[in-house]
Amino acid sequence: MSEQKQEKSEVKPGEFSTASLSLTTKERRFGERAIELGIYTVSSLSIIFIFLIFAFVLREASPIIGYTLSGEQTEKSAELTPEELTRAKEIVGEDYPILTHNSEITVSALIHDKWEPNSTYPRYGIWPIVLGTLKSTFVALFFAIPLSIFAALYTAFFAPLRLREFIKPVIELLAGFPSVVIGFFCLITIATFAQDLFGYEFRLNSVVGGFGLSLAVIPIIYTLSEDALRSVPGSLNEAALALGATKWQAAYQVMLPAATPGIFAAILLGLGRAFGETMIALMAMGNAPIPSWDVFDPARTFASTIGAEMGEVVFGSSHYQVLFFLGVVLFVFSFSINFLTEFYIKNKLIKKFRGNE
Amino acid sequence: MLSEKETVKIDISDLSLFYGKKQALNNISMRIPEKRVTAFIGPSGCGKSTLLRSINRMNDLIDGVSISGKVVLDNVNIYDNGINIVNLRKRIGMVFQKSNPFPKSIYDNVAYGPRINGVKNKAELDEIVENSLQGGALWDEVKDRLDSSALSLSGGQQQRLCIARAIAVNPEILLMDEPCSALDPISTDKIEDLIIQLKEKYSIIIVTHNMQQAGRVSDYTAFFYIGELIEYDKTRKIFTDPNVKQTEDYITGRFG
Repeated sequence: MSEQKQEKSEVKPGEFSTASLSLTTKERRFGERAIELGIYTVSSLSIIFIFLIFAFVLREASPIIGYTLSGEQTEKSAELTPEELTRAKEIVGEDYPILTHNSEITVSALIHDKWEPNSTYPRYGIWPIVLGTLKSTFVALFFAIPLSIFAALYTAFFAPLRLREFIKPVIELLAGFPSVVIGFFCLITIATFAQDLFGYEFRLNSVVGGFGLSLAVIPIIYTLSEDALRSVPGSLNEAALALGATKWQAAYQVMLPAATPGIFAAILLGLGRAFGETMIALMAMGNAPIPSWDVFDPARTFASTIGAEMGEVVFGSSHYQVLFFLGVVLFVFSFSINFLTEFYIKNKLIKKFRGNE
Repeated sequence: MLSEKETVKIDISDLSLFYGKKQALNNISMRIPEKRVTAFIGPSGCGKSTLLRSINRMNDLIDGVSISGKVVLDNVNIYDNGINIVNLRKRIGMVFQKSNPFPKSIYDNVAYGPRINGVKNKAELDEIVENSLQGGALWDEVKDRLDSSALSLSGGQQQRLCIARAIAVNPEILLMDEPCSALDPISTDKIEDLIIQLKEKYSIIIVTHNMQQAGRVSDYTAFFYIGELIEYDKTRKIFTDPNVKQTEDYITGRFG
């Protein structure tokens, strides 16, 4: 600062010239350095947090992964007396591994269709949970994809300006809805309505829950698709219209394909949300681990299982480890979806649709 | 003034156009001949592109445009109520200032117009695509890679593709909005040759900033200034012996 003052004082009024600025004096800009460092720290923090969360989840699930990799025996049957073992086999059955609440668990002990973590001899088959997650995600996307893409097409190309400026914020508002409210709404209102309409057996099932999930997913797919559609150059729309295309033909045949990479990314992000959404799945899906493909059966998802059971699990028990293992699966899935979105879409699809620019 | 020998293709009378409250065209009246090249020249903002876009009603896409007057095409005023704008645009092809091929293959670009007109037969489409690309003087360069993306073509090729795409629906009129303004001299040359060939089949209207280009390709030239048609005559007359002082000043480069 003192140098700058000196320089300034040397310049007489009306004679200011940049030629007097020294080019060899070292730049001093502590203020800017501090700001840069601050921004850098803040942006690094979020990455560090994600990393720490993943490391924590992985650490808690690590016994399962460790035992699996080391190939040790599945159950600590040795802890049971011969009488207990006989009785356990009667209860659990021959087809399932016999476990206790502090058994060492491997992944192979998790692959069957009974989820009964609180029995005397617990069974941790994740198959019903995998099915439940698949079913509810499928139903959610089944509702959400067409609705949100058609809504995006409408607001991007057909709606008058004023209507668009109304619709878009309103749909985006839905994204800010607490999921517990959506879950509650589905649990009380939609469930009864849908049962009266279709007359199926179970009031809460993966259709009701999937519909609730779609309400959470629609704003994501809608708003990103709309942005993608609107970022397609308007000159393409003009070109199509000038060739005698109707508005719909131009939107559907030209603009929609041109926006495909963005829309695909939107769908994948929506998929990630549907997969990981907890509260809606917990409230509106019946939450029963039934190994069934029927979408009208109650179901439970990875996220809702963790949400429902983590609160009352014994710290460090086998159940606790299994829940964290589910967390790892969830995490890996979401991460791969985002990874896929980022790399596959940017590299492959854009080349395909935009030419080899 | 149009020569008596010409057939009138488009008859524009008292056309005024407002963007909101701003007047962009003021009482334009002119008759555009069939199978000739008519050039619109004038400084930026003079309304020449606006007039061009009025002929296929592309201005309808802009909010807040109001239009009065008539544009008569084959005895029908295209601004009458109940005009089928889609069919109107099928009869009037358009090439834009910046080439705008669809992000599809070369083949699909050219086939787009015929397809929305209901042509489904593959052999028929193939023939239309080949003829149109030949018409657009692009066939020899792309015949071996019709399936590659249109965006892999160079700028000049893309613009010729857009011309091929426009003529694939066999329009009567071809509107060109500064088709060479973003191109290098060699590509420009090719497109100018193409325009001269195309006038055998189509009535062409070209908007251009480039006076030499208007001189080279057009039969008639209209000079616009701030929304008014200042002078409209045979190109040779406009360039050698204009009636209006403003036209002469513009053409000789004294303003604009």
